[in-house]
Order: sequence, then structure tokens, then C-alpha cells
Amino acid sequence: MGALDAVAVLAAVDTGDTAWMLTATALVLLMTVGLGLFYAGLVRSKNTLNTFMMCIAALAVATVTWAAVGYSIAFDGDGSIIGGFGHAFLQGVDFTPRDGTTIPHLVFFAFQASFCIITVALVSGAVVERMRFGAYLVFAALWSVLVYAVLAHWGFGGGWLMANGTLDFAGGIAVEMASGFSALAAALVVGARKDYGRQALLPHNAVYVVLGAGLLWFGWFGFNGGSGFGTGNASVLAFTNTLLAPACTLVVWFALDLIRGRKVTAIGAATAIIVGCVVITPAGGFVSPGWAMALGALAALPCYAVIVWRPRTRVDETLDVLAAHGIAGFTGILLLGLVAQESWNGVSDGLLYGNADQFLWQAIAAAAVPAYAFIATFVLLKVIGAVMPLRASEHEEALGMDIVQHGEEAYVTGEGAILISAPDAAESETGVPVANPV
Amino acid sequence: MKLVIGIVRPEKANDVLEALYRAEVRGVTLSRVQGHGGELDRVETYRGTTVKMGLAEKLRFEIAVSDDFVDAAVTALCEGARTGEVGDGKIFVMPLDRAVRIRTGETDHGAVTPVAK
Repeated sequence: MGALDAVAVLAAVDTGDTAWMLTATALVLLMTVGLGLFYAGLVRSKNTLNTFMMCIAALAVATVTWAAVGYSIAFDGDGSIIGGFGHAFLQGVDFTPRDGTTIPHLVFFAFQASFCIITVALVSGAVVERMRFGAYLVFAALWSVLVYAVLAHWGFGGGWLMANGTLDFAGGIAVEMASGFSALAAALVVGARKDYGRQALLPHNAVYVVLGAGLLWFGWFGFNGGSGFGTGNASVLAFTNTLLAPACTLVVWFALDLIRGRKVTAIGAATAIIVGCVVITPAGGFVSPGWAMALGALAALPCYAVIVWRPRTRVDETLDVLAAHGIAGFTGILLLGLVAQESWNGVSDGLLYGNADQFLWQAIAAAAVPAYAFIATFVLLKVIGAVMPLRASEHEEALGMDIVQHGEEAYVTGEGAILISAPDAAESETGVPVANPV
Repeated sequence: MKLVIGIVRPEKANDVLEALYRAEVRGVTLSRVQGHGGELDRVETYRGTTVKMGLAEKLRFEIAVSDDFVDAAVTALCEGARTGEVGDGKIFVMPLDRAVRIRTGETDHGAVTPVAK
């Protein structure tokens, strides 16, 4: 954000910018499906569809809440904590350019909607394999407004962090730290899976994981490359940094894997791609390509450490959203305060280039945002949990969420399946005698 | 010498293996099977097609043991696999004519979970 201030005086829609932003929006939407594949590969086969559906549900729920009130809370006005309600239900969102950009307000809205969607989907990684789907839908709807929209306002929409000069190019605040620390809270409230810590709960399809990570990286070029809201220098810089940083994270991750286990792992590589993309998210259009590579390499260390440590705790933050997004986003926001360069971004220098204030405000964001995300999510889930059960019973968990929540299986064979005309005919006239359970 | 066959819920595999290990029963074969044992059918819907799934995923343990270990193996299977719900599975014990350990050529009691305890 803010990188286009120099051209903000332009009041007209630019066709080139708009063309790229339409594309970038579609790229970011693809990330949610990529994330679904990534997550689905990491769970056991009996929970494949439920895990994927949590991401698909974000497309449904978060889009509606975003159009209704989320966008307005995030992007209407300069209130310090939340925005206004002037854009509720898309009022005033039309073909005229969004202030400070050269793209139609509608495109700006859609681009920001795709961010809200993927962030909601990210949080689901903490509660897969046991959370009831209905409770998750309620959580996703409320979280997208009470946590995502508020933090998007702080970081992107003119809220107190942005007003004080905190830099966040593409969502280190509202997307990465918000999802990571909310995931930790969600894991604590919902509780561990019944077999967590007793049995090995292993990924059922590593190929999904690697392909999902590849789709995420692909989409991330729109995510970061679109966050300059055009085709200017900031977008170009962010785009290329999105190639450089994850590559460096991969290299360091390979080395860490070799040191720890003498083998380079595929699921580790998929994780490294995510970590590298996340760390460059806040910094994308603000740091030089050289620093982008350094950030990518450095981010591997804390994230690797948390991923190795977390499964030894009782916290079943199942798919390590905290490590891959929370810690990497935290690292990116903080280090950005050191290495931002005005000669590259035209906005601000970091501490290493003589601007201590920048580092201070990055550090404030890195403290305040995780605190808000954690506490708000914790309270929200406690409230929802008081109204409805958050998780499936132990018996249902054993059976698998695909059958229990959706009445489908990911890898159905059809053997022994008997056609029936309607669900309610199941108990009676099927022509095939079935033993009566005692 | 008997062949103990246990059909159990897939999610109880680890519990059964642990119980067998504690009972000092060594040597098991495991396969994925589908079966029907009176549990309630699941109804699933794929677009417009609604089906009743008559078969459930199960695991089949095959354990060849000497006579002294039959009770231990059966008890371990029961303890490890029981949830109390319909669909916990079955155990079948069958006579076994001959067993050969391929590596050494040992036969019969020498080739299954040992007599001595």
C-alpha cells in the first residue's frame, strides 16, 4: 500500500493497470483452491473432502460477508480502529477509480475480497479433522468481519498502523500474522484431535501438498504483484521478489533438512515455498531484490524451528499455520523495518538506512496484530462454542469427517454401493436385504 | 497351531498392534478389506446419485500362532479393537496344517509365534 502515492493524483482509470489487476484478482482466487489441495494432502484420507471444503467454504462465506460489511469496515474512511459503513453492501463501489489508484473501485473491491477469502481459509488449517462444518461456517463468517476486516483496516485501509507509517505491502498484518496467531487460538479452543500425540497422524498424499504449494506460489505473483494496484515499479519489484525470496527459503530449508535428517523432504520443500512467499508478502515492493533473497533465506530459520518444535507440544495446531504464516509474517514485518530502502520503494527507509522510526512502527505492528488476532479469535470461538458444539464426537472423528459432515468420500470405489432413489428411502425398500444392527 | 483372523476397524489398527505387541505375539499380516457385519449403512450422495454404502472399510489381521498363544492373540485383538459400537469386527480361529519360515526353512512351531513363554 501507499507505493502508488506518487501517482495518486491521476484520477482516471488506466487500462493497463486494470487489465493486470483483473488478472491478479483471479490469480489470488486460485490460491484458495491451491491451499485446499495443499491442506487436503496433509490430512488423513478420511478427512480429505472436509479439509478441502473448509477452503471452498471460505469462498462462499467470506465473499458474502466482505460484500455486506467487511469491505466497508476495512476500506471506508480513516477511523483509527475500524472504518465506516459507507461502502456496506457495495454502496459507492462502481466504475470510478478507487482513491489513490488508477483501477475501478469494483476491481479494487474484488482484489481485496480475494485476500479476505484466502485468509479465512488459512485459519482452517488449525482445526481440520475434528471441527464441525456448521460451527466452522459460523466462525468463518464472524472471523472475516471481526478479525480480518479490522486488521485489514489497520494495515491497508487507513487505520492507526498505516496512519503512523507501518509498511505492509501485501498483507503481513491482515493475512499472515492474523491467520497464524488466530490459528493458534483456534487450536487451543477447539482442542487437539483425539489421537494427537498417541498415534502418528500422517499426510495421506504428498503430491497434493507439493502441487498445492506450487499453485499457491503461482497465485502469489498476483497477490504480491497486484498489491501495487497497477503495473508500476512497486508491482514489478514485488513480482520479482516473489520469485527470489521463496527460492532462497527453499535452499536454506534443503540445508536444514539435510542437517537434521540427512534427507531433503518434499513436504518440507512445499512448506518452504509457503514460508518464502509469506515473508516477502509485507516486504515485496519495499525492499531491494538482494534483501528479498536475504529475507527468504533468514525466514527459514525461525519457521523451521517452530515446525520442528510444535508437534512436540500438546498444541494440535494441525497444519502449522502459526509457523508457516504467523512466524514468517512476523519475521517479514519486523525485518522490513530494517531493510526497506527509499531508493527502491520511494516511500521510506528502514533502520539500516537511517530511519529508526520505521523499525519502531514495524515492531509495534508485530506486537499489536498478533495480540489482537489471538485474543479476538479466542473470545469469538469461546462464544460460538457456548452456543453450539465446535467439534465432532470421538466416534465421528474416528469415522472421518468426509462421511460424517458431507456424506461423501474422496476415494470412493462404488463396491457395495446400492442405488436408492431418495435419501429417505434408505431405510426401506431397496431390494437388498440388510442385517438389522443389534 | 492356529491361524487367527481378526477383522477390525481401520482406526483401531494401532491399538490392536500395540495390544499384540504387549501380548508378545510376533508376526502379523495386515490387509485392507471391505465387509459388512450388520452395522448401519451409510447414505452418500454424489450429485444426483444417492447410494447406500453396504460395505465398510475394515482391516484383516492374520496371525499364525502356536496353541499356547491363541488365547493371548484373541484377547489382544478384542482389547485393541473394541469400541462397543456395532461394526467392531470379528475374530476367526482356524486350524493350521503347516507353516514354513522361508528364510531358514524352519517349519511349523519353529515358524510361528513360539511355544515357550
